[in-house]
Amino acid sequence: MMTCSAGERTNGFNLNHEKRRQAMEDQVVSTQQHMPLSQDSLEKETTTLNLGPTHPATHGVFQNVLEMDGERVVSAEPTVGYIHRAFEKIAERRPFYQVTPLTDRLNYCSSPINNMGWHLTVEKLLGIETPKRVDYMRIIIMELARISDHLICNSVVGVDSGAYSGFLYVMQYRELIYEIYEEICGSRLTTNIGRVGGFERNFNDTVYQKLDRFLREYPDVLKEFENLFNRNRIFIDRTVGVGRITPERALNYGFTRPNLRATGVDYDVRVATPYSSYQDLEFSVPVGSTGDSYDRFLVRNEEMWQSLSMIRQALALMKKEPSDIYHAQVPKYYLPEKADVYTKMEALIWHFKIVMGETDIPPGEVYHSVEGANGELGFYLISDGGRAAYRLHFRRPCFIYYQAYPELIKNALLSDAVVCMSSLNLIAGEMDA
Amino acid sequence: MGRPVRFNTKVKMVEMPEGQTGEGYFATSFDKVIGLARKNSLWPLPFATSCCGIEFMATMGSHYDIARFGSERLGFTPRQCDLLMVMGTIAKKMGPILREVYLQMSEPRWVLAVGACASSGGIFDTYSVLQGIDQIIPVDVYVPGCPPRPEGILDGLMRIQELVGNESLRHRNSEQYQDLMDAYGIQ
Amino acid sequence: MALTNENITQRLTEKFGEDLSEVEEPYGLLTFSAPKLLNLKVLQFLYDDPELRFQFLTDLTAVHYPDRKGAELAVVYLLHNMRDNIRIRFKVYTDIREPDVFSATALFASANWMERETFDFFGVRFVGHPNLKRILNVDEMDYFPLRKEYPLEDQTRVDKDDDMFGRGTDKWFQP
Repeated sequence: MMTCSAGERTNGFNLNHEKRRQAMEDQVVSTQQHMPLSQDSLEKETTTLNLGPTHPATHGVFQNVLEMDGERVVSAEPTVGYIHRAFEKIAERRPFYQVTPLTDRLNYCSSPINNMGWHLTVEKLLGIETPKRVDYMRIIIMELARISDHLICNSVVGVDSGAYSGFLYVMQYRELIYEIYEEICGSRLTTNIGRVGGFERNFNDTVYQKLDRFLREYPDVLKEFENLFNRNRIFIDRTVGVGRITPERALNYGFTRPNLRATGVDYDVRVATPYSSYQDLEFSVPVGSTGDSYDRFLVRNEEMWQSLSMIRQALALMKKEPSDIYHAQVPKYYLPEKADVYTKMEALIWHFKIVMGETDIPPGEVYHSVEGANGELGFYLISDGGRAAYRLHFRRPCFIYYQAYPELIKNALLSDAVVCMSSLNLIAGEMDA
Repeated sequence: MGRPVRFNTKVKMVEMPEGQTGEGYFATSFDKVIGLARKNSLWPLPFATSCCGIEFMATMGSHYDIARFGSERLGFTPRQCDLLMVMGTIAKKMGPILREVYLQMSEPRWVLAVGACASSGGIFDTYSVLQGIDQIIPVDVYVPGCPPRPEGILDGLMRIQELVGNESLRHRNSEQYQDLMDAYGIQ
Repeated sequence: MALTNENITQRLTEKFGEDLSEVEEPYGLLTFSAPKLLNLKVLQFLYDDPELRFQFLTDLTAVHYPDRKGAELAVVYLLHNMRDNIRIRFKVYTDIREPDVFSATALFASANWMERETFDFFGVRFVGHPNLKRILNVDEMDYFPLRKEYPLEDQTRVDKDDDMFGRGTDKWFQP
């Protein structure tokens, strides 16, 4: 049962909490009775099944070696590193503005969030404060990215349980989100959006038109998607009780964000330590109760509704600000306009200094985290005053919570293991960095 | 009373190959007919490792629709597929696995390297990334981009179709092909 | 009593006294370090104390400072108290010739893979870890890549023309 404050959003999911818990217990007990694991059977031996690294449904490359007793998983050992690209070492070579394309490729389903997180970290180090309008622009883009990521995750959960149509419905609207990114930064997927201090260009009219179209058409599609899955008997049977985890174990394993909120812990970085003017928006944080795949699915759906309302609020707030601000006034770190570079002396000097790396970057160490779509994406940056970072470490949520996967699927059936894996939203690029 | 049947006249059909027609027969060469059949029904194996895989998912969706090229059925098992689409960075840890998957495919098989990372290592010139999959398997078409637009992936697919359509039936047994396989150490 | 950086520092100095060093607050985040033999004691204290309650391990990583002889590798723990919303950074220094540090896996299950990653990149051996082997790199790798002395690129490549990248020797003028 979900607690959310926007009253009109509870769509009649009225199962009594007690009854549902009882139903889940019965289900677990009944399957155990049908498949007894006899202790003294002479033929009892386990088979090894290799789940991955190549997966159907393009999950991404990570591997699980499962020990199975028939159809039941006895133990699992995950291996990662099949797409290790040494981001942290590359970042020691590159100046700060060149690290943004690397951060794109961490969680590539929602790359603007990674970009913004990196810019916020560098701004914290350099002490730059961005104007409100830039913050609202960032919020719009981050929430669009969050919707985009949750769409992939939820539709892939559908595909893994056999329902391909939901995926096709929502891919159309992901294309619209990609078109919005293209208007702003030129690229669809690995966006490299924004700069330290703001954005490289203002939102033009096409962006507003496309955003309006998205906000108008998408709620109906999301409703249709929910109608397909939320009360679907087959989907509920596939996902309820699968991959359950208690809040204490989840905290011990380092879960954050939707996976943690599905277990019942009410923690959101945007509420606890607001960054980029999130405190000006009103939103509620959906929290689940049992921590199984069904709750994760519902929490992600509800977060998409909240993101839509946040985009609307940010657009309204943006209209109150003067419409030509799109970056902070920090000539030391933000490249000047090209027209000025060719005509004015100071602009030329700043341009030269920034590109050749002669600006003063204060030495220090900073840690900043944003609400990524999977968890708390943190950037630990140590600068020694040079052009590139001395050490940059990404706190990657997928890497940290994938450790809990063997515990989640202990004694589950193989098909449950697959659904659990996709409901955790494991993105390989983020796992291996 | 039923509605009159309306045929959709805007469907594009493939062209007939050249040949001799007569009363009740059509004579052409095997190469052309088999090439025509193969190229319009390529079953891909999407070996999606990273960001290009997400662009592939967009290509699979209804907007760009790879199914209209005959690739409706994406088999994720190498035994049933003709076209290996490698999308994304291949790290050195993944290299042997890619080679295994390639070896399990049966002839005729084609390889499409999608993205800069698969073609040449991309922006990751590091100790852990394989600098291009053509170091371990032979590649037919390279699609550049980071990630390439879905139109780019479809263009790559169309070039593979050209290659498939024009391939001679004896190509896979020819000496040239055997030399290529030996260069990669594949029997 | 509200939990602030001063309170935490006071509680820590009460308990550990001179063992604490380098207490500072860059960008508002309290940072301190302790000798490496005490790392589990400090973590346990921060976990169990009913006021401090730092029960969430956000991050565990290492930094290589080749200039600090005798304390080249710093293992950094980033802890979080979710109830009062305070973060704290705890560093432990170790010599590169004997990089053994006690493992925190008994306390935090999430430390398991983070320590494996630190071992993979820097060679810090965590004593008491259930399964310390390489996680992200290939198992046969015999060096620790993120240490400062090793380069980024693959040194066994033969197809790259270093002159084109501005890295080669001045061979270009030779016939």
